[in-house]
This record gives sequence, C-alpha cells and structure tokens, in this order.
Amino acid sequence: MAQNKNNDYLNYLDKTAPKSPMAKNVAIAFVVGGLICVVGQLIGDFYKNVCNMDTDSAKTAVSVTLVFLGALLTGLDIYPGIAKHAGAGTIVPITGFANSVASPAMEFKREGLVTGMAAKMFVVAGPVLVYGITSSVVVGVIYFLYKMIIGG
Amino acid sequence: MAVRLGRQTIGMTRPVTISSTATIVGTKESEGPLSPYFDVHMKDAEWGEKTWEKTESKMQKEAAKLAVQKAGKKADDIDCAFAGDLLNQCISSGFSARELGFPYYGLYGACSTMIEGLSLGAVAIDGGGNNTAVAVASSHFCTAERQYRNPLEYGGQRTPTAQWTVTGAAAAVLEADGGGPYITHVTTGKVVDFGVIDQNNMGGAMAPAAIDTLCAHFKDTGRSPESYDLILTGDLGKVGREIVINMMNANGFNMSDNYGDSGCMIYDMETQDVHAGGSGCGCIAVTVCGYVYEMMKSGKLNNVLVLGTGALLSPTSTMQGESVPGIAHAVAISNKTE
Repeated sequence: MAQNKNNDYLNYLDKTAPKSPMAKNVAIAFVVGGLICVVGQLIGDFYKNVCNMDTDSAKTAVSVTLVFLGALLTGLDIYPGIAKHAGAGTIVPITGFANSVASPAMEFKREGLVTGMAAKMFVVAGPVLVYGITSSVVVGVIYFLYKMIIGG
Repeated sequence: MAVRLGRQTIGMTRPVTISSTATIVGTKESEGPLSPYFDVHMKDAEWGEKTWEKTESKMQKEAAKLAVQKAGKKADDIDCAFAGDLLNQCISSGFSARELGFPYYGLYGACSTMIEGLSLGAVAIDGGGNNTAVAVASSHFCTAERQYRNPLEYGGQRTPTAQWTVTGAAAAVLEADGGGPYITHVTTGKVVDFGVIDQNNMGGAMAPAAIDTLCAHFKDTGRSPESYDLILTGDLGKVGREIVINMMNANGFNMSDNYGDSGCMIYDMETQDVHAGGSGCGCIAVTVCGYVYEMMKSGKLNNVLVLGTGALLSPTSTMQGESVPGIAHAVAISNKTE
C-alpha cells in the first residue's frame, strides 16, 4: 500500500499546517468548564439551603437542572457559540451531554419523529451511554468483589 | 473535433463558448469580498423551503433557469445538462433536474464538480452531438455539515485547517457558436492520494492532486504559469494554497504572481471566522461563474486556468480509517480562440 502514502509529504504537512492553539484552548476550557461547575454548585446550594433538600436529592436536582439548561441553550442557538471558544470546557460537563442529545434531535426532526428524531437522537451521545453504563457495571462488580473479599 | 494533447489534455479545435452564467449564494458569501459578482443573494439558509436539501435543490434549479434565460434561450433549447453536488446520491441535482426537464447527467466529483461539468459539457458540444449544454453545481453549508460532520447545533471546536462549506449554486450555459469566453483546453485529473487521514485538512489532502493536474496541463500544452492572467484552484484554502506555491516552485513553475484559490477569495479571511477558507462545490462554481466570468467579459482577465479540486471521501470511508483521495480537473478559458 506504499502507493497511498507519501511520508515525505505527510511530514512536510505536519510541519507546515497550522496547529490548534493548545495552551489557549486548554486555558479557556478550564475556565469555562470551571464556571459551569460553579453554576452547578450555586444551584446545589440553592436547593439545599432554600428548598431544604437533602444532599443526595440536591445533587440529582442539579444534574437535571444543568441538563435542562444545556438543552435550552442548544435550542436557543447559544450553546454552540460558547462551545466554539470553550471546546472541552463545554463538552465534558453534563451540559455537553445535553447538547449532544438535543442537537441531533433538533436537526433530524425533518426526517420524521420516529425515523429521524428518535433514531438519531443518540448518534453523538450513544457511545458515552454504551461505555459509561458498561464501565459502571464493571466498576460495580469490582467494588462488590472487593467488599466481599476484604470486607468493610 | 478536439485533439488529444499528451496524456491528460484535450484541445478544442472549435472552442466552446460560455454564453452565460448565473450564481446564487447564501448570507455569509454575500458578506464576503466577491459579493458584487453574484446574481442572487438568499436572505436566509432556507429560502422559503422546509428542509435545507430542498433549498439546495431550488438553488440549482433557479441558477440553471437564470443562466438559460440570460443566454436568451428556453429550456427546450438545452440539449444536455451536467449537474452535481455533495449530497448522497446527488439529490440536489436529480431533484432540480426533475423540475427543469433537461436531458440530464448527474456527476460526482466532490468539490471539483463544476469544472467536471464544464469539461464534459465542452467535450459533449465539441463532439458535435450537442449544440447547447448547461453545467450546474451546488453546495450548502447546512446540508454538507449534517452529512459529513455533526448536527449544526452541536457544540464543537474547529481546527485551524478546517474549511467552511460555501452555500452557493452556479450554472453556465455552453454553446457551440458564440463570441466567447471560450473553453480551449480540458485537462482531466487523476486521483492522487498521499495518505492524509485528517478530514479537517482538505486543503492538505487535495493539494497533491492539484499539483499533479497543473504539471500535466503545462506538460501536455507546452504552456507555463505565465501563459495565464489567473490560475484559480477550487477550495484548497490557506493551507493548500501555500503547498501548491511551494511544491510547484520545486517543480520549476513560479506560481507566486498570478495564482489564487477560490477558498481564500470568497470570504474575508480575517473577519469571517472561516479558519482555512471556503470549500464545497459552490466555492469554485460561484467564483468562476461570478467573479472570473465578469472579469473576462469586461476584458480585465483574458486567459484563465481554473482547477476544480475535490476530496473523494465519504463519512463511511473516514470512519473506516481510509485516507482522503484528491482529484483536480482543469479547464482553460480564453477570450481568444487561439
């Protein structure tokens, strides 16, 4: 397959093509991702102190609220504008998950509610669910065995 | 009848005239520097249609109708249409041809399609079987984005080498008899693949094909870059353009004076946030049918070599880890018949 590979050219391209400004991207991602977490903390404190929820309920309610906000901002075309600058800062928090589900749901509505929206809704987030759930099961089994053998 | 020149080029003995062109562009293109050269400026991405696919099809249809009307012809005068786009199964072209009623060939040359259409149209007329042909091509940012990349509202970051798909459609009417500008030479490109995997660096992936076709054209015709007022590639963008200048220089051709790339011209690279530049079938199509055609008509340009550059990948091939094969077709357009 040497025919479809020109190493001299690929090296040249590697050297000359402009690179993503990594330091800047990481810094912005850190700040924006951190801010989303601060918002989550504020919402959590609000639920605990004002709405008198216990800690577990407040945590769940924070996730639900952030998912709602992520989806809402996606629908209002605000989320992609922030994400363009924030990169991983808006992908990693739970709002990014909301965006990755809401965006294909909106876009594939035109192909029908069943064959379009519903079928394509998890086209981006699907792998996160598959591997997220799988790894939580694996971790759960390890934890179970650990408890059984070591005790505690 | 056309004559064969060298390995890849055909010279027209009775050059084919481009008798009219028409262009339709989206909002971002209307804000770009080439805006005054375009005929129709859409006010939004939908243009009154329910889906972007329908919009793109309408753009092709309206561009073809306008070009035919500008040439003073009727739909029945068109012997044959060559049309293409980026969407699966070329639906923009097929669905617009359904309305137009022209005898129709669907083409897929990725972003090189407009030049492929001009090449085949010119050859079809020169062969004597057709008197009038029309070449059409289109791309739409929203349809391309959802087919090749992510949903529009998905929050992601683009790399600096990524390009912006042009929302644009263009049509050109070709005729056996007319006063020019004439298509004088057609150089058919080979598929060239140097192994670039990154689908966000199309310029880098397609540049070797453009260089291959340029060298073939100069070798076959005995011409050099100085033979032209302008050499224009399709959508190599900032990255690919630099590569072409450097590597053509290494091949002994000086391209630094009269070489442009549509992808670098259609947007304001500083203010329009398009990263490495424009791309898509519409990019070279509207640049050639808008800017180049008008400059040739007014005599500001007399000899132009246009190269459509295409990346022959699909979302499936990308997911399977294949590299990006490139292609480039060239057409020489002149105000004189030799």
